[in-house]
Amino acid sequence: MTIKARFQLSRGEFDLNVDLQLPAKGVTAIFGPSGCGKTTLLRAIAGLEPQAQGELTVNDQIWQDSRTRLAVHKRPIGYVFQEPSLFEHLSVQKNIEYGMKRSQSAGNPSLSLEEAVELLGIGHLLQRQPYQLSGGEQQRVAIARALAVNPQVLLLDEPMAALDDARKQEILPYLENLHQQLDIPLLYVSHSRDEVARLADYLVMMQAGRTVAEGPLETVFASLEMPLAQGPDAETVIEAVVAGRDGAYDLSYLVFSGGRFAVAGERMPQGKRARLQIQARDVSLTLNRQSDTSILNIFPAQVEALAETSTAQMTVRLRIGKDLILARITRKSAADLNLQPGSQVFAQIKSVAVLA
Amino acid sequence: MLTQQDLDALLITLQLAGVTTLILLLIGTPFAWWLARSRWRYKFLIEAVVALPLVLPPTVLGFYLLLALAPDGPVGSLVKSMGGDPLPFSFTGLVIGSVFYSLPFVVQPLQNAFRAIGRRPLEVAATLRAAPLDRFFSVAVPLARPGFLTAAVLGFAHTLGEFGVVLMIGGNIPGETQVVSIAIYDHVEALEYGQAHWLAGGLLALSFVMLMAVYALNRRFMVVRL
Repeated sequence: MTIKARFQLSRGEFDLNVDLQLPAKGVTAIFGPSGCGKTTLLRAIAGLEPQAQGELTVNDQIWQDSRTRLAVHKRPIGYVFQEPSLFEHLSVQKNIEYGMKRSQSAGNPSLSLEEAVELLGIGHLLQRQPYQLSGGEQQRVAIARALAVNPQVLLLDEPMAALDDARKQEILPYLENLHQQLDIPLLYVSHSRDEVARLADYLVMMQAGRTVAEGPLETVFASLEMPLAQGPDAETVIEAVVAGRDGAYDLSYLVFSGGRFAVAGERMPQGKRARLQIQARDVSLTLNRQSDTSILNIFPAQVEALAETSTAQMTVRLRIGKDLILARITRKSAADLNLQPGSQVFAQIKSVAVLA
Repeated sequence: MLTQQDLDALLITLQLAGVTTLILLLIGTPFAWWLARSRWRYKFLIEAVVALPLVLPPTVLGFYLLLALAPDGPVGSLVKSMGGDPLPFSFTGLVIGSVFYSLPFVVQPLQNAFRAIGRRPLEVAATLRAAPLDRFFSVAVPLARPGFLTAAVLGFAHTLGEFGVVLMIGGNIPGETQVVSIAIYDHVEALEYGQAHWLAGGLLALSFVMLMAVYALNRRFMVVRL
């Protein structure tokens, strides 16, 4: 089950040229700066770019090739635009039913109104008109409307870009919820690294109409060749499961492939999957395990690779269990500790953020 | 008070305006849709032709229409060969003239309304499984409702006030092709100011009420496109 997309499109100075093979499950983020062509790629997948030439196969069904070209309204997609774009002449309920009815009359199963409404928590808004809703509420309705047609792929074009921070915080839990509850793949266009770190499983990085990297999120974030790992805020993301709690000290324990994290002040149910975000600058390295230290999270690790980040600093990729994390240290420290690929070290992680 | 002949003129005028508006909405809607959406590079030529009746003296328009509709003209001879009655000095001829005369008053508000919708709502409808025709009727038409209202009222009111074109191709046959504006002219010529007042005042009141309704409704829809 994959999505194969190969597209070319020229528009004046801009040139899109991509050849992708994406997993047909989980959240795939298409990530890059403004104008890199990520929205154009998403629109081409939806069939909204008539000039886009190429091939598109979703779960072995051909949507587009040199001979066929499925019209937009015949592609089993859901699409969420950057601005909510609700139909102003219809109530919230009628907006959601618009696609549902058409999907049903074409003989396809659709979600029930209740299911779509419940996923986005908009039951109390059904009788309102779009102009009576806040930006965040409008976007939740737009997502529900796109889901109600029971799509095979949900395409989201920066659904939070037009919202302020408070509204983003209002929508994020719903997006995380979708991630866990839906079986269909989500393609999520974004230029925000935080959103990507929170939501994505698979990452496609784009620049000037090309893809510059793609792969599982953890791998791309930890790839030293990427500008992501070279920047001052290099970070890595690892998956963990809540395994217990120390009530006396208000600590939660989260287990990952390389050990057990202690995280302060987070109360999460046992067994919940969580995503941990670790800044490279919060990771320091020692050759021997320190015992008289205030740092709680110390793991044995193996150096996989090193890269100079500046004349003074290096970025080190470490393997802990099956997971990868980055450490930002000085070149002097790397020389003093004689770090080489293969060196065994201890990673001291000063702080970690629980994303979801 | 109004004479029978005045009443006939009033009835013919209202009929003419009604039929003309209906025809213009039917042919003007797809035409305006095309003008609003097309990216054809010579579209400006068509737009200029549509706007011509705004600036041309009605007698010029009427003169060319008369030549075209006359039994030996291009349209007239075609009608004659198909066994139709001659068009000049008939109600049908008046309708044809009025359609040309009021064309910009219907097409331009519709074109502006369609353009103001933009592409986005139609793209959204397409991703929600709506086929092209379905998108037009379920999204474009309802969103352009203020434009339709403006177009209908302007088309109707403008045809009510028609004078020059009617005179050129319809003549002034009482009970058949005599419209209010010409009846008023006749009354004034005959120094029947009292009768002229009844008709002129009536037309003034009717036009004012219709335009007032458009502005009031447009305000309610929070859109003003006149």
